[in-house]
Amino acid sequence: MTRKAFWQGNEAVLEGAVAAGARFYAGYPITPSSEIAELASRRLPALGGVFIQMEDEIASMAALVGASLAGAKAFTATSGPGFSLMQENIGLAIMVEAPCVVINVMRSGPSTGLATKPAQADVMQARWGTHGDHPAVALVPASVSECFSLTVAAFNLAERLRMPVFVLSDEIIGHMRERVEVPPEGSLEIWERPRPSGDPSEYRPYRPGPDGVPPLAEFGGPYVFHATSSMHDERGVSANDAGTAAALIARLGAKVLRNWELLPPPEIVDTASLLGSGHDRPGKGAKPAGGVLLVAFGSSARSARQVLVDHPERFVTLFRPRTLWPFPEAELSALVEDHESVVVAEMNTGQLVLEAERVVAGRRPVRAALRSDGEIITPEEIWEVVCGRRDARAGRTGESWSGTGGSGR
Amino acid sequence: MNEGIGIRLSGRGGQGIILAGILLAEAALRDGLNVVQTQVYGPESRGGASKAEVIVSRGPISYPKVVRPDVLLVMSQAAVDRYAGTLKEEGLLVVDTTYVHSVPAVKGRVVERPISGVARDRLGREIVASTVAAGLLVGLTGVVGVESLRDAVKARVPGGTLDLNLKALEAGFELAETSGRSGS
Repeated sequence: MTRKAFWQGNEAVLEGAVAAGARFYAGYPITPSSEIAELASRRLPALGGVFIQMEDEIASMAALVGASLAGAKAFTATSGPGFSLMQENIGLAIMVEAPCVVINVMRSGPSTGLATKPAQADVMQARWGTHGDHPAVALVPASVSECFSLTVAAFNLAERLRMPVFVLSDEIIGHMRERVEVPPEGSLEIWERPRPSGDPSEYRPYRPGPDGVPPLAEFGGPYVFHATSSMHDERGVSANDAGTAAALIARLGAKVLRNWELLPPPEIVDTASLLGSGHDRPGKGAKPAGGVLLVAFGSSARSARQVLVDHPERFVTLFRPRTLWPFPEAELSALVEDHESVVVAEMNTGQLVLEAERVVAGRRPVRAALRSDGEIITPEEIWEVVCGRRDARAGRTGESWSGTGGSGR
Repeated sequence: MNEGIGIRLSGRGGQGIILAGILLAEAALRDGLNVVQTQVYGPESRGGASKAEVIVSRGPISYPKVVRPDVLLVMSQAAVDRYAGTLKEEGLLVVDTTYVHSVPAVKGRVVERPISGVARDRLGREIVASTVAAGLLVGLTGVVGVESLRDAVKARVPGGTLDLNLKALEAGFELAETSGRSGS
């Protein structure tokens, strides 16, 4: 039977991980993610799993890679400062194709920033934080309910694609409490990593299956294999010839792109769909003039959705990615020409808007509603930009920097 | 704005502000309403400013924060100085006179009660002041059912202090009935 729970976002993440089969956690607690570590320390040992508080986030990520290759569904939770420290071994996880999940409950930065306040400024760090060419998968919950469901999806994708998958939440989503309809045990679709069969002497740990993903054995079993951070061939043996390198880089990227349909799709709502079919919007059916395509994720999407509720007279479509990386470019691109302009709302100085501009490709003007002071962006701030009265990036000459020096001036 | 009711509870860390928010939220869920509960706190857990917000609505809730509260509880002078101006017109300002000595003019109704003093002197433990406050708010507004709030306390509060918290709740309900200093 479906169970009703009243959880914090961070609790829902932990419950989602447990429901997905995660039994190994290594981490270093950090605000605003600490509830996940605290709950994992109680829940996992009780389920026969492992909780380790590591000396730092570098070691935490290394432990995840080891646990994953030994067969465990492994995860950690952190915030910006810890996510920075994890980047080196996230690269290792990508290279050895170790499935694992990293939860980043974003807070204001750079560095230790505002420890208890929200931000969405790790958009690009999630994509390019570790060096080298590599794929990235990042899911972005906008409710406590999605903290559960997208954490389950993150484990599923990590296993299926054999790679680290990120869940980017933030201080607001992580700490707010909402009702969650928890699916009955056993009703969730849970994916497992592809595993080898046949003669162990024939096992090639990096020979891809039909979907581009190689079967993964467990350390300690009959399938003996070698995992290295260096460029390697199908046997997992270091190889530094150009052909091997080109093939591996291409396959790591392609295994995500060819499995695009597995990624959680964006939510697309407009005023009519939000307020019910009875709502009479001018020009319903046809595309009314002056329409604005509003792009927002996570807690900013909650503010963006409120704009639609508060201003039913205006034709606004909310495009809310659930998968931030790879960015759902085809889905966004298809909507652009039904609208007169595009507005991106995010809690940083302008990261996702760069991706939106790439997709819009000059077909429509793109404006931004931005906030990076540790406070949630408000519906009013977004509305001002939707109406064209403001654009956070208009005339980027530095005057906003010199003009808002704070109360100490 | 959200069509629901926005409640902001404010004071200092250690007063139980966030617990009171959770109790109201869980009571609302028991009444079958939609709820979002959020909080803001400083890096220090005790002594710093603390704020909890609850939005209760029949419909879905988008923006999770309260901009102009329908109901505002202030349990410190700093809290009333900071938030009194945000009260919605016709809103309700509930003041803990144990710690708040000066209330600025507001457009809504003001109810002043010695919430922390009642917890300390009548119940012997100031730590239950926020439970008294939750009872008082529900007694004044009926935003959630009295039984639902009792059930929420029973489900959330640790066993060793349950009786004390239930007494605190009753004290809060009684405070709502008394005619202390109240005006607009």
